[in-house]
Amino acid sequence: MTKRFLVPAVALVGVLVCSPVAHAQARLPGARYDADAKGEKPRPAPRRDLSGTWEPASGAGGGIQGKGAQAMDSCRKDPRTGRYAVQENPPLTDTGYATVDCLKPEIEPPYTPLGLQTMRAHKPVEGYRMVPDAVNNDPILACDPGGFPRVLLHNFRTSEILQTPAHMVVLYKFQKRWRTIWTDGRELPKDPQLPAWTTPDGLPPEPRWWGYSVGRWADDYTFVARTNGFHDDRTWLDNAGLPQSDAMEVEETYHRVDAEHVELSVKITDPKMYTRPWVALDRLSLRLQSPSFDIQEMECSPSDQKHYYEFFGGLTGTDTGGAR
Amino acid sequence: MRNRLAWTLGVGLGLVIVSVPVLAHHGAAQFDVGKRVTVTGTVTEWFWSNPHCFLRFDAAGENGQVVHWVAELQSGPNILPLGYSRQTFKVGSQVTVTLEPVKNGRPLGRLLRVVLPDGTALPLAASPAANNPQ
Repeated sequence: MTKRFLVPAVALVGVLVCSPVAHAQARLPGARYDADAKGEKPRPAPRRDLSGTWEPASGAGGGIQGKGAQAMDSCRKDPRTGRYAVQENPPLTDTGYATVDCLKPEIEPPYTPLGLQTMRAHKPVEGYRMVPDAVNNDPILACDPGGFPRVLLHNFRTSEILQTPAHMVVLYKFQKRWRTIWTDGRELPKDPQLPAWTTPDGLPPEPRWWGYSVGRWADDYTFVARTNGFHDDRTWLDNAGLPQSDAMEVEETYHRVDAEHVELSVKITDPKMYTRPWVALDRLSLRLQSPSFDIQEMECSPSDQKHYYEFFGGLTGTDTGGAR
Repeated sequence: MRNRLAWTLGVGLGLVIVSVPVLAHHGAAQFDVGKRVTVTGTVTEWFWSNPHCFLRFDAAGENGQVVHWVAELQSGPNILPLGYSRQTFKVGSQVTVTLEPVKNGRPLGRLLRVVLPDGTALPLAASPAANNPQ
């Protein structure tokens, strides 16, 4: 009798455990992840080199951060399973919606009063304050630029770093964007609200969706980039609607662990929105891909989005169902 | 014994299928989480896009009237590894769709499984998931 139940039970566990869905992390065809390299002996890190195409080491979904910046996740995970906690009858949030697959975490970024007010004006489609598509006001869902640092804190996917003596150019898959981190010794704009380069060919001050970035090697294996000169609250920090302002400065740290890996961290300093600096991404591990690995296109088309909202997104509200 | 094993494996496979974590640009605020609806109908549009693809299909309603269903999927690049492509659905073909419906009662939902006219079921169970648990 015991055996009659044991064999099917083992088979069931086998199905669940061996299922790629159970493992849950995504895989792009042709990519190589840490799970593919068990037993691999790491080769030494090259000196002062970040060039190459990089993919989250745990799987293609490792940098998506759908419910908010990874180190300040807007939902609570069950520490045992790593899954997001579910509450059967969740309370309404300030947006008026209950979020059944996502509970408010114990941690929150250190908002200023303006930061809290700005955050509450945002209606994200993910995180513990999420709303239906029909009533969201997330700029990227109108195909506006996600900007920086959201590109690192939401939908951070395959990226390629082109390194020259004067700069690092980073190509991003999501929304097919790129940015430049200057390494030619120039200074970060001194006034983040009137940002401009002070190089001989510098242009007049102008805020940017992607800011102004400079970088330097802190040591042979650690590259630190700083960015300021942003627009005001036209972009969100992450997919949960955390705010950013034109006073923000972002520090990225790329630590080359070995030949195959870089760890990426992001620190936010924004005295208008947050009372102190805080870490939004803590050592996200990236894995080097083959030189022939191609970056998929993931463009946002306004006309496609209009079509989507006409037939689906705009009809998902619980009241009038009007389009956003 | 064989029946019990088949039953258990069937349940297991079902759990795997329905537990596919859904990665989309949005969360679950608009969906009746856990509810499942299965509908057979005729494809009227297959829209391949980012951040969402969707499948429109017409099915007979309870009173014989035509119901215009729309089932959304993830972004095209995300569902390629699951066996979908821009050529997966042809207008006029018959499909059977299992979806998680929206809360407001409209004939909308997120697609969990679809059976094509040749009997192929998507997403491919053997395919690595293009989803992530976040």
